[in-house]
Amino acid sequence: MLAALLADSSGQALAHASAWAVFAVGAAMILTGALGVVLLRNPVHCALMLVITLFGIALEFIDQSADFLAAVQIIVYAGAVVILFLFVIMFLGVDRKEAISAEPTRFQRPLAVLLGVVALVEILALSRIDHWSAGTPSQSGALSGPGSNVQKLGQAIYTGYLLPFEMTAALLVIAVVAAVVLSRRHQPSASEMSELDQEELLSARRFTPPDQGDQS
Amino acid sequence: MSVPSAWYLVLAAVLFGLGATGLLIRRNVLVMFMCIELMLNAVNLTFVTFSRDLNDIGGQVNVFFVLVVAAAEVVVGLAIIVAMFRRRAAATADDIHILKG
Amino acid sequence: MSGVVLATVSGLVAQTSGGSNPSGCAIGKAGDSVSGLCRAANSLHISVAYSAILPVLILSIGGLVLLAVSAVLPKRIYPGLYPVLSTVVGGVSLVASVWQWYNVPGHGQGMVEIGGQIFFDHFAVLFAILVSVAVILSSIASDSYLRREGLDGVEAYVLILMSGTGAVLMAESASLISLFLGLEIMSIALYVMAAYHRRRAESGEAGLKYFLLGSFSSAIFLYGIALVYGATGSTELVLIANHLATNVLSNGGVLLAGMALLIVGLGFKVAAVPFHLWTPDVYQGSPTPFTGYMAAVAKAAGFAGLLRVLDQGLLTQQTDWRPVIWVITVLTLVIGSVLAIASRDLKRMLAYSSVSQAGYVLVGVQAATGTGKSAALFYLFTYTFIVIGSFAVVDAIQGQGESRSTIWAVRGLSRRQPLLAAAMLVLLLAQAGVPFTSGFLGKFYVIQAAVGQGQYYLAVIAMLTAAVAAFFYLRVALLMYSSGVPAVAATTPPAPEPSGSTGDLPYGDAGEPTDVGVPAERVGAASAMTTTGLAAGAVPSEGGLATPARAGGASALDVEAEEDVFAAGLAPVPGLDPETADRASALDAAAGDPPYVSSTNAMVIFISVAFTIAAGVSSFAVDFAKAATTLF
Repeated sequence: MLAALLADSSGQALAHASAWAVFAVGAAMILTGALGVVLLRNPVHCALMLVITLFGIALEFIDQSADFLAAVQIIVYAGAVVILFLFVIMFLGVDRKEAISAEPTRFQRPLAVLLGVVALVEILALSRIDHWSAGTPSQSGALSGPGSNVQKLGQAIYTGYLLPFEMTAALLVIAVVAAVVLSRRHQPSASEMSELDQEELLSARRFTPPDQGDQS
Repeated sequence: MSVPSAWYLVLAAVLFGLGATGLLIRRNVLVMFMCIELMLNAVNLTFVTFSRDLNDIGGQVNVFFVLVVAAAEVVVGLAIIVAMFRRRAAATADDIHILKG
Repeated sequence: MSGVVLATVSGLVAQTSGGSNPSGCAIGKAGDSVSGLCRAANSLHISVAYSAILPVLILSIGGLVLLAVSAVLPKRIYPGLYPVLSTVVGGVSLVASVWQWYNVPGHGQGMVEIGGQIFFDHFAVLFAILVSVAVILSSIASDSYLRREGLDGVEAYVLILMSGTGAVLMAESASLISLFLGLEIMSIALYVMAAYHRRRAESGEAGLKYFLLGSFSSAIFLYGIALVYGATGSTELVLIANHLATNVLSNGGVLLAGMALLIVGLGFKVAAVPFHLWTPDVYQGSPTPFTGYMAAVAKAAGFAGLLRVLDQGLLTQQTDWRPVIWVITVLTLVIGSVLAIASRDLKRMLAYSSVSQAGYVLVGVQAATGTGKSAALFYLFTYTFIVIGSFAVVDAIQGQGESRSTIWAVRGLSRRQPLLAAAMLVLLLAQAGVPFTSGFLGKFYVIQAAVGQGQYYLAVIAMLTAAVAAFFYLRVALLMYSSGVPAVAATTPPAPEPSGSTGDLPYGDAGEPTDVGVPAERVGAASAMTTTGLAAGAVPSEGGLATPARAGGASALDVEAEEDVFAAGLAPVPGLDPETADRASALDAAAGDPPYVSSTNAMVIFISVAFTIAAGVSSFAVDFAKAATTLF
């Protein structure tokens, strides 16, 4: 968008330079953030580094005229996902970070190094290709042409991609059910409930310290 | 339209590789999870770049679905993590290796 | 997701279909057999063929209905309501799928529906039937477990129905993005189901492991989609195939990388070696009936996706992917069988068994022919019954809190629960591939498909690993039919005798026909040792290893042994010494109350066994699978 704006006002060369500048800034943010996530010790710092990467990605989206996605990227990721991460980190306690560690499989680290080397070689090999995308163009609607980005996205989602769009509802239902199942404190199940007297239950609840609900 | 798409694609590939490596070398579950988010973002960047290259809206639409899936995954994953570590608040070392033998 | 919403949206879109067309369709395929290839570009109208997605609609709406019912009804209502409702939903879905089977459009050839996102063909319908059956059986089987563990409620059944929705969507999907969404819907629900037991730490751990590795594999799969999209210009399988058939690839690297990533991502889901590392932990930690569901549905849907991607989208590239699948197949067959021998936990054993079963399905997949596909489908369909039945039996054996889960818990089962033992025997024999069970026919057909393609090495490997794997099924079977509790008090682990002598057994009672279980173990252990010995190039001397000192500290060694029996080459003879120490404690458990088999569990086990035998002696299931091989 920015590039297009500049192309109209100040000519091709400036647009060219600015597109490269935006790319460079975005790439720097992405790589800094990613390295931060991988290398920093403190999970809070990792989450903040993740935000930098996400903003960098949004910049690259803008650089490629995917304006709407850039906005959604920031709203969904920086606005919701990272906040959730931070919330959980705070909720579990940063100081207990040793407790939140998984035991890696024995061969995991050599495997990771091997994987990294292989990936790097592959990337270097691929980066020599100047034309990655060999596909048939514009099979689900053209990106250029009249009409805004949002309009075209909307048209595509509600026609060709209608079914996947509707199916995301199932995903959200599962997420809701999952959150309820996993994170509520222990409640008596339906069969226990039918055996317990309601009054008894209430009185039992009243004298239970609130903190010890689910610690078995 | 001036930066060649290969630059974006290589950047995305590097980001994906960083995420995958981070997932394998980190021990903190939350950070491992963040590395998965890095990988998903690399995919998003790849989709958008191909979308521009092919002049095709499909790639951008796919990013939407990735976003939804990522959001649902975050909810479920964090719920699992919270459920697990809240239950074992006192646990320290012998954490995630009950399942053997 | 609900039909109402779909109808409304499509109605709205239909009304605005007079809108301007922003672009022309880049490729003129108006006369193509695929109607509406350029639908997105040509008009804003989209026709929704509800008949194509009936099972998906029924399962997902059923889940919502269950949620709504639970919100309306008071909580103390009869707790058996939800499994009944869930079973009914599964039944309706089954009926709808059967209706679909006889109403496949395009003269039985299938059709692309709903904007190029869905295939309506026999292949899809077969998986819809499979998933519906799995939903019914698992809903019934989960009831007694959940009530026993105090976990019952509506959520478990909602999750079963929703993950079933995702699995059917995967099998039906005509585009990679639908496939991915189906995969995620199924997997995310399964992560939650794995972590469902709130009071067992193992369950949470299983859920976490499954979640992390599952999301990792999903991200890899997604990157594969992105690369294939770049290389071919579409995520729709038909368009991908068209592009690959009509264009000479200027640059195959991106497509190759994408293909490899797709195979890795789906390989995780079907638990193929080397992507199987999560399987034993997750299967062991998850609630037992959910494990059965997971093993049946995730594997079937994963293979459905694999067949769709490889045989439909990328069939023209089969010279590229068949060698890769060949290697994965061989690894899966060999490692799956070898690891299973060493495992002492019932659920872990079944997990490794499911790994090795994936190997046989892969034999059919890599053949890339109609015969191979029908063999793979038959295998998957019959395996659904076998694995859900097996886990139902394990559930009955385990008892409260999944406390009795080692292999020794089945010792003497034939005396305490003869019917349960007989059912388990049939299911184990089916997994081993003994004639007159469906497992035999399944193995027979996949090997036949390999031979038909001239893949003699693969056929030989498959047969050899079947023979090796038979040991560990027979070990459990013989344990069940061995004499129950030995007369000698098993409190102190006896000093292990040098192995190789088949004479007096220290813990068998002298008078009775001794303990047929033990020779079988020894054979299994010996064969494990031989294999590892061959791999490492050094067979340790048996007498030297079997010192009394090792019997004491056996458990630690033993834990190592299972994972490393293949890699480490130490070959600590996993079958012998550690088990004697372990046996003492397990015997106490086995001597206790006979396993309680609830009526619902009995029903599931009966259905599974009946189908396993029926499909083994008659050919109806084979014909069924053969009819489903025409991919659109």
